[in-house]
Amino acid sequence: MKWPMKDKTAIAGIGWTKYVKKSGVSVLALALEACKNAIEDAGLKPADVDGIISYAVNDSINVNSVSTHLGMQRLNFLADLSGGGNLSCASVADAAMAIATGNAKNVLVFRALNGASGIRWGDSNAKMLDMLSTTGACSDSFGQFLAPFGCDVWVTHFAWLAKRYMIKYGFNARQMASQLGAIAITSRNHAILNDRAMMRTPLTTDDYERSPMISEPLHSLDCCLRTDGACALLVTSDEQANDLKHRPVYVMGASQGGGPNTRDISWANYYNDHTRSYATYIAPLLFERAAISTKDVDVAEIYDCFTFSVLAQLEDWGFCKNGEGGQFVLEGHTALGNELPVNTHGGLLSEAYIHGLNSVVEAVSQLRGDAGPRQVKNAEIAFVSGGGAGTLGCGLILRR
Amino acid sequence: MRADTQEVINMVAEYKKVLPVPNIDTQEFWDGCHHHELLIQKCSECGIYRFYPCPMCSHCGSMKADWKMVSGKGTVYTWSVIRRAADPAWAGDLPYIAAVIELDEQPSLLMPGNIVECDPDKVTAGMSVEVFFEDVTEKISLPKWRPASTK
Repeated sequence: MKWPMKDKTAIAGIGWTKYVKKSGVSVLALALEACKNAIEDAGLKPADVDGIISYAVNDSINVNSVSTHLGMQRLNFLADLSGGGNLSCASVADAAMAIATGNAKNVLVFRALNGASGIRWGDSNAKMLDMLSTTGACSDSFGQFLAPFGCDVWVTHFAWLAKRYMIKYGFNARQMASQLGAIAITSRNHAILNDRAMMRTPLTTDDYERSPMISEPLHSLDCCLRTDGACALLVTSDEQANDLKHRPVYVMGASQGGGPNTRDISWANYYNDHTRSYATYIAPLLFERAAISTKDVDVAEIYDCFTFSVLAQLEDWGFCKNGEGGQFVLEGHTALGNELPVNTHGGLLSEAYIHGLNSVVEAVSQLRGDAGPRQVKNAEIAFVSGGGAGTLGCGLILRR
Repeated sequence: MRADTQEVINMVAEYKKVLPVPNIDTQEFWDGCHHHELLIQKCSECGIYRFYPCPMCSHCGSMKADWKMVSGKGTVYTWSVIRRAADPAWAGDLPYIAAVIELDEQPSLLMPGNIVECDPDKVTAGMSVEVFFEDVTEKISLPKWRPASTK
């Protein structure tokens, strides 16, 4: 059965701020700048925009403040989602749903945060624990059953997931370091070609291995950046998109969510198999809706809060066999110019940590043919995911 | 003053790490810990154990549960040796072991915690551990895990 939303909406505008360690401005200012850029990029004016959606982890600004100060005249659709990267593609899909159902015409999607100089996601302190107990995709398990044991931080949860993977497939620390290091280095090589990227110095395997070990098996270079910045997208109908500035990038497929027992997004105590991420549950629907297979994907922006996230997702979305994600990267398949370029912008590891929305922006650039030295030749179909290797996430298939 | 009073004052004064704040769903668990008992909710209707404590059994929908004292024995489901502390209160403990223990009572009955009295490089998957309790303040005792004695 054909997905009713297939190709009915398009991303017509993209915008962003500089990605830095200290923006020196408010989150509101960042959101406004990115949204303004996306509207202008689409060739529209704020008065043309009638919907707005964002997602945040208690670290941002509500959408109606942004719509007001942008000068939007009408709101027909609005949503403030609570959650992190697990909602990046979902927020785009929700905007598309509003348009495809005739509820709105032009919808902004943004993510804005002072994630380096302000609220630093992943820090361990009383304020963060308070936030975690009220933020979507988390619960008070952090304050009660994790923090008292010094294991409330995401790096440890992903280390636990990586260890389950190592146990299942029999990889030792050295083999894991080799695989994860290759992911970090591939991303960095892509970031070097990217003017927006925060980290552009080359990385060697030696650099990776000597980087401080945080929570075994994860080093500091296995962890994504912290960023002050914002990016935004303008989503519209397929008809309207034809009249705008750039060639449209169509939403071909989308899926979001996960399986059972998703109380916590990273370490889920009730989860039954920690080597099967959310992607195992939502991948079939994504590719069925887009009516393609993984082989049709030309470029993949895979959510990389940690290097291990890429490894797990390469397998769980079906790009390679279980247990072979690391080998796939080591063989060079995910580098630009090869079979399946992954994170052509450098990802959250080397471009910036805008909770995955920056990865959707990169996919759009690729499909427009605007990615300059990072351009994947003849890129027709892009895959984007949101969410690491835990219980909740989302996926998008875009095409030109 | 009495030596044990002084000891209590010392404990309270020194404990700088995050303390759990029991809530209405979890109070009995922490009361159990205070009495050095590991109490886990067991569904009154279908008998399935669950942890973290919560009001409903997701298998049968019952909102009735009994708190059962379990054996305190389990195996290592996963773990990570922490080499850099995000919370400065843990700096003095580095390296320490953050683990998830699978309780013997039921497959997939998991509990995050710390393994102590163990060389961090000697932890293995499925290693047998047993619980004990550390009185960190007057009100709160924390479950901790150590390698099972081979008796």
